[in-house]
Amino acid sequence: MWTDFPLWPLRASNFADKVDPLYIFLVVLTVFFTVGIFLTITVFAIKYRRSVHPNPEPIEGSLPVELTWSIIPLGIAMFIFVWSASVYYSYGAPPKDSLRVYGTAKQWMWKFQHPDGQREINELHVPVGRDVSVTLISQDVIHSFFVPAFRVKMDVLPNRYRTVWFRPTRTGSYHLFCAEYCGTSHSGMIGYVTVMEPGDYEAWLASGGEGSLASSGEKLFRHFGCISCHRADKGARGPDLAGLYGREIHFQDGTTTPADENYIRDRILGPRQPGRLVAGWQQIMPVFRGQVNEEEMLELIAYIKSLQQNPLNVNPNAPVPDEEQRKRNPMIEPQVVRP
Amino acid sequence: MLETPYRDLDQQRETATLGMFVFLLTELMMFGGLFCSYLVYRTLYFPAFQEGSRHMDLTIGAVNTAVLICSSLTMAFGVQAAQKGLNRTTVSFLLVTMLFGITFLVLKGVEYHAHWQAHEVPGAGFLAHAAGVDPNKLQLFFSLYFLMTGLHALHMLIGLGLVTWITIEAYKGRYTEAYHNPVENVGLYWHFVDIVWIYLFPLLYLISRTHL
Amino acid sequence: MSAAPAAAVAPREHYLNIDYGIRSWLLTTDHKRIAILYMISITVMFFIGGIFATLIRLELMTPAGDLVTSDTYNKLFTMHGIVMVFFFLIPSVPAVIGNFVLPMMVGARDMAFPKINLLSWYMYVIGAVITLYCIIIGGVDTGWTFYTPFSTTYSNTYVFGSIVGILFAGFSSIFTGLNFIATIHKLRAPGLTWRRMQLFLWSHYATAVIMILGTPVVAISLILVAVERVWHVGIFNPALGGDPVLFQHLFWFYSHPAVYIMVLPAMGVVSELVTTFSRKRVFGYEFIAAASIAIAVFGFLVWGHHMFVAGISVYSALLFSIMSYLVAIPSAIKVFNWTATLYKGAISYRTPMLYAFGFIGLFTIGGLTGLFLAALGVDIHVTDTYFVVAHFHYIMVGGTVMAYLGAIHYWWPKMFGRMYPEGWAKISAATIFVGFNVTFFPQFLLGYVGMPRRYHAYAPEFQVLNVMSTAGASILAVGYLLPLIYLIWSLRYGEIAPANPWGSTGLEWQTTSPPPTHNFEETPVVSEEAYAYDKHPEMEFVA
Repeated sequence: MWTDFPLWPLRASNFADKVDPLYIFLVVLTVFFTVGIFLTITVFAIKYRRSVHPNPEPIEGSLPVELTWSIIPLGIAMFIFVWSASVYYSYGAPPKDSLRVYGTAKQWMWKFQHPDGQREINELHVPVGRDVSVTLISQDVIHSFFVPAFRVKMDVLPNRYRTVWFRPTRTGSYHLFCAEYCGTSHSGMIGYVTVMEPGDYEAWLASGGEGSLASSGEKLFRHFGCISCHRADKGARGPDLAGLYGREIHFQDGTTTPADENYIRDRILGPRQPGRLVAGWQQIMPVFRGQVNEEEMLELIAYIKSLQQNPLNVNPNAPVPDEEQRKRNPMIEPQVVRP
Repeated sequence: MLETPYRDLDQQRETATLGMFVFLLTELMMFGGLFCSYLVYRTLYFPAFQEGSRHMDLTIGAVNTAVLICSSLTMAFGVQAAQKGLNRTTVSFLLVTMLFGITFLVLKGVEYHAHWQAHEVPGAGFLAHAAGVDPNKLQLFFSLYFLMTGLHALHMLIGLGLVTWITIEAYKGRYTEAYHNPVENVGLYWHFVDIVWIYLFPLLYLISRTHL
Repeated sequence: MSAAPAAAVAPREHYLNIDYGIRSWLLTTDHKRIAILYMISITVMFFIGGIFATLIRLELMTPAGDLVTSDTYNKLFTMHGIVMVFFFLIPSVPAVIGNFVLPMMVGARDMAFPKINLLSWYMYVIGAVITLYCIIIGGVDTGWTFYTPFSTTYSNTYVFGSIVGILFAGFSSIFTGLNFIATIHKLRAPGLTWRRMQLFLWSHYATAVIMILGTPVVAISLILVAVERVWHVGIFNPALGGDPVLFQHLFWFYSHPAVYIMVLPAMGVVSELVTTFSRKRVFGYEFIAAASIAIAVFGFLVWGHHMFVAGISVYSALLFSIMSYLVAIPSAIKVFNWTATLYKGAISYRTPMLYAFGFIGLFTIGGLTGLFLAALGVDIHVTDTYFVVAHFHYIMVGGTVMAYLGAIHYWWPKMFGRMYPEGWAKISAATIFVGFNVTFFPQFLLGYVGMPRRYHAYAPEFQVLNVMSTAGASILAVGYLLPLIYLIWSLRYGEIAPANPWGSTGLEWQTTSPPPTHNFEETPVVSEEAYAYDKHPEMEFVA
C-alpha cells in the first residue's frame, strides 16, 4: 500500500505544462487566504476573549475596508479567469495534421480504431511528441474520456462525435478512466494509454490489424449498396463522394455546412430534412438508421475520407444491388438508369 | 375568518394575495422549463415541428382560446361581485366560469381523441409521418404537445376544483365587502392558467404552420 | 430592540406542554412544533444517509470492490446523495431553525400560512417514505444527478419511485419558501424595517427566493425523466432525436442554486452566532445583507460550470466561468465581515461559537476550492474527480452541517428550555472538526492525482489517501453520534435555561424559553437596529 503513493499526477502531455502552474498558483492562493483567515480568527479570538476584553467596541463597518476587500478579490478572480481561459483556449480545436484515432465508448469498454486498421480495447497506443486527435462517440449512455497524466477529459456523447487532442511528451503507460458515471461497471471502464517512441509505434502499427479502417469501410460501402448510387459515372443517382470530406456542402435552402464526421454520419443515418437536401440532387437515399452500428460508421467515414480527388475506385460495371441485397435492405429501390 | 397570526383582515388579505402571486411564480417557472425545452427542440428540428403544428386542430384550438378568455371575463365579474358582497351574483358568474372551463376540457378531450384515432399519440402506436420528416422528431413534437397541454389541463382541473369550493362558499353567503379574498386569489389562479393557454396556443398551433 | 415584555420568567404553560396528545402534534399549526417535527424527521434521514456514507467509505478502504457488488455500490452513492441533498441539507436550517425562529424574529405570532407550513412537513414525510420505500425494495443507481440517457433508458432500478419522492420534497421546499417570503414581507412587527432585520432573516429571504424560482424547474426536469422512462417519449433519448445534454441544463439550472439554498441559511446562522458571542454589531451589516441577495441572483447564472466538459460551446463556457468568479465575491465579503466582527469584540468560546469558527474556516477552504472548478483550464482535469467531491463536502458538511449544529446548540435553550452539556458539546465539536478534515482533505489530493468519482474499485496507488479518508470518517461518525445522545439526555436532565442565556439582542430571545404558543405576550415594537449591544450593556451573558 505504501510503495506507490502519488501526491501529484504524472506529467505526460503538452497540457500538463499549462494546467499545473495554474493549479499551483490556485493552491498557493488558497493556502494564503485560508491561513490568513484562520490566523486572524485565532488571534482575534484569543486577544479579544471575554475574560481579557469584556467591553466590545461598536464598529459598524467601514466603506473603504469593504471596497478594498471586494475589489482586490475581484481583481484576483479576473486574473485567474483570464489565465484559465487562455489555458482552456489552448485545448481548442485539434491541430490539422494530428494523428487521427477513432473510438467508441460503450458500457463498459473503450474501443479504439487506428486508421491503419489496428484495433484496441481499453488500450490506446500513441507515439510521443506528435499531436494525436481522438474522435469518440458513445453507443449508449454518456461516458467521459479521462487521462489524468495528460490533463485531458471529454464527455463522450451518444449520437454526436466529439474530438479531444493532446501531444504526449513522455513515453510510458498512463491510466485511462471513464469519468462520467455510466452504470454497473463504470469503475471497470478503464485502461491504459501507452506512449511509445515513434519507431516502436510504427512497429506496433505494422504488427496487427485486419486491414485499415478505410478498407473495411470500402467493404461496407458495397455491402450496404452505397456504391449503387454514389459513383462518378453519368448514370449515378447520387453525388460522387470523392473529395467530400471537408468540403462545404450547399443545401437547397441556401444554407451551407462543412462535411465533417457528424455531417456524414447524419447523412447516412437519415432521415434528411426537406430543406436540408443537397442542392442539385433529389431525396432518394434510403434511411440507414438502425442498420449501421458506430464501429461500422467509423469505417465508412474513414473510407469516404480516403477518397481523394480521384473518382471512386470502382468499375462502373461493378455489381449493383441484387435481389439478395434488396431483401437485406428493403429501402433500396430498383435500379433506374437516368436517360 | 381572521386567522392566526394576523392582526386585521387587511393584513390577512394582502398576505394571502402575496402568497398566491408567489405560488403562481413557481408555476410560471415550472411551465417555463417545459416551454424552454419546446423552444429548444423547435429550433433544432424546425421542419418536424412545422409538420406537427399542421396536425393541430386549429378550429378547436381557436374555440378553446375564446372559451378560456370568456371564462376569465366571467371570473373577473365573479370577483367583482364578491368584492361587493353580492353572493348570489357571484355564484352565477362562477357557475358560468365553470361551464366554460368544462367546455374547454371537453373540447380538449375531443381533440385528444382525434389524435388518438389518427395514431398521433407517442408510444408504440405512433404512426404519423410525412415526407422528408424524421418520424422520431415528429413524435417528439407530439410528446411535448401532450405534456404541455396535459399539464395545462391538469391545472384547469385543479382550477375547477378551486372554483367549486368558492362557489359553495358563496352559495353559503360567506363573502362580504370585508372578506372576499379567496375569490380574488382563485381568480388570480384562473387567470394564470388562462395566460398559460394564451402562450400555448400560438406556440403549438400557430407559429410553425406556415413557411416563415 | 423591543420594548421588553414585563418579565422573563418561564410561564407554566408554553408551546410544548400546552397539549401532549399525538393529535395536537400531528395536526399542529404552531410553527415551533412543526419545526420540531422537521427536526426529528431530518435527523432520521441524516443518519440513514450517514449509514450509506459509512458503507461507501468502508468499501473504499480497499482498491478492489470487495465489500459490496458494483450495482449495490452505485445505489449506495446515489441514495446517499438523494437522501442528504433533498431530505437533509435543503430542509435542514430553513425547515428546522427557520421555521422555529423566523416568526419570532419578525415579532409575529406564527408564519403567514400555518396550515401550509404543516402541509409542507407532510409533503416532506410522504416524500421521505416513498424514497425510503424505493430504497428498501431495491434502490436507485442513477446518481443523485439522474443524467440521461442512463436514467431514462438504461437503469434497471426504481427511478420513477425515487423521482416521485423527490417531487414531494420539492413541494415541501416550495411551501416553506412561500411562507418565508410572505411572513417577512407582511408580518414584521411595528418598527421592524428591512434594515433593522436580523441577518438571519435576510439570508432566509434570499433562500426563499431561490426555493421559489428554482425548485419548479427541477420538478419539471425530473417529471420529464419519469415520463420518458414510462412512455419512452424520447425527449432526452438521442436515438429518438432527443438531447441528453438538455437534461443537464434543466437539472443544473435548479441544482446549482440549490447549493445556495443549502449554504445561505447557514450563513444567516453564522451572522447570529458571531454577533451574539462577540457581543457587538456585525461589521458591515448592509454588505452582508446585500451579499445574500447577490448570491441568490448570481447563483442562477452559473449552472453551466457543471458542464464544462459536457459539450457546451466555448462561448457559454467562458460566460459561465466568469459568472462563477463573480458569485464567489459576495461569499468572500461575508467571510471577511464576520472575521472583522471579532475585532475588539468580547468573544466567548461557547459551542455555538466554535461551530461558527469551524464554518468560517471550512467554508473558506470550500469556497476557494470552488475557484479551481471555475477555472476552465483546471476544471477540465478535476471535474468528475474526488476534487469536486471534496469541494462540495467542505461547503455542505464543513459549512452547512456545522452551522446547523451550531444553530441547534444556540437555540436549544429557546426550543426546550434546557441547556445542553457544554463539555460534551465542545468535545463533539472538536471531534467533528478533526474527523471532517481527515475525511475530506485527502480527497482534494485524490482528485488532482486523478481518481474519478463514483468509482467502486480504484487504482491501487490511491489506497493510502482512501484509507486516511475512511479513518477520518470513523472519527466524524463519533462526532455526530455524541450530540444525538447528549441532546436527548439534556431534554430530561439538562440545566434549566433562563429566557435569554446568551444575552442576545435578537427578538426571539425577548420572550420566554420555551416560548408560549403565541410567542409573545404582547406584539413587540422594534425601535432600533439589530445587534445593538452597545446600547444594551445591561444584557448579560448568563449561561
